[in-house]
Amino acid sequence: MTQEKDPLKGYRGLARSRLEQWGVRVWSDVRLVNSAGSVFEGVILPRSETFDDLHVVLKLRNGYNVGVHVDRVSSIEEVGYKEAVYKIPEKEFPVRPNLPRVTLLGTGGTIASRLDYRTGAVIPAFTPGELYGAVPELADICNLTTRKLFGVFSENMSKDQYVALAEAIGQEIADGVDGLVIGHGTDTMGHTAAILSFMVQQSPVPIVMVGSQRSSDRPSSDAALNLIHAVRAAAYGDIAEVQICMFGPTSDRYGLLHRGTRCRKMHSSYRSTFRTVGDIPLATVSRDDFTYIHGEHLPRDRSRKVLIDSAYDDRTTILYYYPGMSPDLVDALVEKGYHGIVIAGTGLGHVNKPLYPALKKAIQSGVHVVMAVQTLWGYAQMYVYDTGRDLLDIGVVPLDNMLPETALMKLSWVLGHTRDHAEVTRMMRRVISHEITPREPHNGYLILQGGLPEVEEFITSHWK
Amino acid sequence: MPGSTRHAGPEADPGSGTARLGDDDYYREIGLISGLEVHQQLLTDHKMFCRCPAGHYTTTHDGSVLRHMRPTLSELGSYDGTALMEFKTRKNIVYLLHKDNVCTYEMDDTPPFLVNDKAIDVAIEQCLMLGCDIVDEVHIARKQYLDGSIPTGFQRTAIVGVDGKLPFRGRELSITQVSVEEDSCREVSDRGHLIVWRTDRLGMPLIETVTGPDLRTPDEVAEAILLVGRVCRSTGHVRVGIGASRQDVNVSVRGGRRVEIKGVPQAGWAPLLVHAEAVRQVRLLELRDHLAERGFRQPDDLIIDHEDVTDLFARSALEYLHAQAWDEFVRLDGRRKDLELGLGPFCVRAVRLRGLRDTLSWPTQPGRQFVDELKGRIRVIACLDQQPILLHSEAWPAYEGCDAELGDLVKRLGAGPDDSLIVVWGPEQDTITAAQEVGIRYADALDGIPNETRQPFPDGSTDFERILPGPDRMYPDTDSPPQAITRDRVDGLRQGLPDPPWVREERYAEAGLPRDTIHYLIRRGGSRLVDLVAPREDDGDLRWAGFLFGERLKGLRRSGVSPAGIGDSAWLDLFGFLREHPEAREAWRELVEMMAANPHASPRDIARDMGLGSAPGGWEKTLARLANGESPDHPDGTRGQAHRFLMGRAMRTLRGRVPASEVSGLLWQELKEKR
Repeated sequence: MTQEKDPLKGYRGLARSRLEQWGVRVWSDVRLVNSAGSVFEGVILPRSETFDDLHVVLKLRNGYNVGVHVDRVSSIEEVGYKEAVYKIPEKEFPVRPNLPRVTLLGTGGTIASRLDYRTGAVIPAFTPGELYGAVPELADICNLTTRKLFGVFSENMSKDQYVALAEAIGQEIADGVDGLVIGHGTDTMGHTAAILSFMVQQSPVPIVMVGSQRSSDRPSSDAALNLIHAVRAAAYGDIAEVQICMFGPTSDRYGLLHRGTRCRKMHSSYRSTFRTVGDIPLATVSRDDFTYIHGEHLPRDRSRKVLIDSAYDDRTTILYYYPGMSPDLVDALVEKGYHGIVIAGTGLGHVNKPLYPALKKAIQSGVHVVMAVQTLWGYAQMYVYDTGRDLLDIGVVPLDNMLPETALMKLSWVLGHTRDHAEVTRMMRRVISHEITPREPHNGYLILQGGLPEVEEFITSHWK
Repeated sequence: MPGSTRHAGPEADPGSGTARLGDDDYYREIGLISGLEVHQQLLTDHKMFCRCPAGHYTTTHDGSVLRHMRPTLSELGSYDGTALMEFKTRKNIVYLLHKDNVCTYEMDDTPPFLVNDKAIDVAIEQCLMLGCDIVDEVHIARKQYLDGSIPTGFQRTAIVGVDGKLPFRGRELSITQVSVEEDSCREVSDRGHLIVWRTDRLGMPLIETVTGPDLRTPDEVAEAILLVGRVCRSTGHVRVGIGASRQDVNVSVRGGRRVEIKGVPQAGWAPLLVHAEAVRQVRLLELRDHLAERGFRQPDDLIIDHEDVTDLFARSALEYLHAQAWDEFVRLDGRRKDLELGLGPFCVRAVRLRGLRDTLSWPTQPGRQFVDELKGRIRVIACLDQQPILLHSEAWPAYEGCDAELGDLVKRLGAGPDDSLIVVWGPEQDTITAAQEVGIRYADALDGIPNETRQPFPDGSTDFERILPGPDRMYPDTDSPPQAITRDRVDGLRQGLPDPPWVREERYAEAGLPRDTIHYLIRRGGSRLVDLVAPREDDGDLRWAGFLFGERLKGLRRSGVSPAGIGDSAWLDLFGFLREHPEAREAWRELVEMMAANPHASPRDIARDMGLGSAPGGWEKTLARLANGESPDHPDGTRGQAHRFLMGRAMRTLRGRVPASEVSGLLWQELKEKR
């Protein structure tokens, strides 16, 4: 029996056997009387398998849910059956010939969704018709096509998905779209933006990644506004790069367009979680205009030929260095057959001395070791101190101000092409999409500290 | 022409003019039914879903967030343009933040932490006091609110108890359910498209007690509010003071629908409000029948159209209908384009109501007419809030050139003698929304009474606040796991509970305390202390303790002494001492003042230092000397006067050390011997 057809979905152990005994099932509309004489009238809901096996959950007539302990049930009687129907209403997305063509590629995140009020299940809205229902403003912006590539949580994105995504982008561009939007969970959106920056080069049109920090079944969700901003950036924006489009401030004001190789999720739950690191964002986008604040980007150009290069080697990892790290960790990675290691080093790109022999051995056995900094801001400048110079001598490749996650994605991409040490080194240091920048502007590092009078003045006079 | 009814008020009362407040026969006749939703804040240190302090209010802010609420898909229903229009006329919602009382949870930038166990405990206690059965597993739900009062767009709420009852007027008041929920924001201002909320109160735990629809008269409603309040407060674990408890009163009459009067601040307001709402429903039902007689049965029977008539009023004596005057209003009121103001240029819009003459002035409540129902909708939904919000042909204002202007208007709209006209003004989009709202409200009128939430005013009248949401707005909170409530937990909490207030009331009454004092004690939490220091029913301390906590401390507070810092153990210590030295009770004021000033000192030590409970050696001789000495203040006075005067002098040193009766007796004796 499959999960979906289980009439006692989610119920285990005692609760399950009692439900069987009583002859009621999930979606039974029941009248339940407990040992205190209280009467509960409502529908039996499916139960999460992570909850205990002692309670049966009812959706009462007034919309509230309660759990009744099976030992306190005096009588239960099925008076009806009301199965929830998971269907999202659709209306045809209007076609307006003079509007740009945008394709939305789905990876599994729910950008727009409808909620099932009985179970709380979120039903994703994805087809143009469904999206039009959820965010009707989209029809004023573009002619939208959608393609669902796969349905995975963002933490489950990996090689196969990256390759499929890059190739789908290539097909859409060949098909002549004016811009692409990629719906993606936010947790690893930065990783995907980075790998796509290497796999899809010289795009003629914008490739905009978008997600939400508050799910779209909530009235206060950032999803709709993010989607509007992203679709506008894809349809009308001038930046033909892989970019992330998410809230600027946590207020409903404007979105920021961040370069795919320089962007990171910096807060586990804030709306304004994505920040450009070591540089300033590319642009702001609002309901009715763009402001290109960076001043340097690859402009939209329909005549440019895109290069799709979806090589990927997933035998790579990040080693987040900490004081006292033992060299056997490095040995273990070599033994397990890893091809590449990104070290997120301390300070300017350092690890402790006991690690040197292990790293040397790793490099000699053909493992590629590159250095990024765990400070996120600033450069690996390994020539400054002896420790750094020793690491360079061993053959550790410094990656300047490349973000650790971007470094991992690039190393995976490079190792998909070659495992020749000199070639790997050359490719890692050859800049493809601003993953290393020659200069760090002084406003590229701004972490304002609360409590300081001037900062307090700023945050009281500006929308957070 | 429609102007002919100008200045006409309601000519004849349509049938229910005999309704008088307190006429119980009338309420029976119209089938008045009422129930309560009583909200009571719980006394916890922290909020319900985060670790912010509860009850810490601020009047300033150090940050603000701008948000919008978007109807979730299932609420949109159909995808006709209305949904999008609703979204376009949406409110800009600003939340004011203060670091001292909110964190990123209240801003909706952090998911909830696990629910505050203390809040659940207090809620269970409340349920037990209300005679409820406690649910076995508490499921947190989200209840949607799109008015912005909660930044998430929903309130986290959970049923804790069901099926309770309270003794009420010789019968039972049923308690349908008790839920524990997070409190909402406090409204700061609402102008045009901008509503501003303060977040300090947001997230504080409260319980909502829902009674059955068991109340039949306005007086019963007020009495039930007081009863539920006394029960809730009797544990001493709920908050008291302004805003700590608020109630929604649900009212319907036979053939009508449930209307919720939201946030009635005190029981005393209830009778007038319930009466006025009952009358309103009766009159709206009469309007429905009247409209049906005139051929308006379905929404399709209504022909309501509108037109931009800005040019007609460009030189009107009503200056607020001029574009320049509007600009001036916008400037003076500081209305900003991206916050308070709606879309489009200034517009005066006329709405023609075909064949609906005289319905605008249909009376609804005392001093209110059907047109006021329209005004409420226009103010809230179209965000047009410049007074008088609208003009209409059934009571067109008198001013220079008014007849000519109304005549032009009638001509422009092609209005016939049976038509009525409404004029609204403001940003163009908002005037269109307003015209559409007029149509929607008239369609509702054909059906009788729309389910609404209405805000109360002290005169008993109410105004539209929002459409009453149904059960569809509830859905499970996927951020919070369910909480199993064990029977052990419930039994443990039950043991610490005081008697229900009616049992307590009887006990106090038998001890000789007046009802007012008893209710005050239960309402303000003093009864907890009374029960603490005088726990046994036959204890003679009960009456004295009741007066102390119910009356005497009030006077002390008025004179600036705050006994709030005196802890339970100090009170117990004090009463232990007083049981041993009853004469020391007479020095209660001095004692409590000292205790308040020295909260860490032992009351026994304080009393001993004051010499209380032990008579000064040779006091009788001192008294005799006093009595036999000259009494210069009252040389010619009567013996009674002399006695009073000398008692005052003597008790200054003897109060609390020698019983006053003893001093008085000895003094009489001395005075008699003196003569």
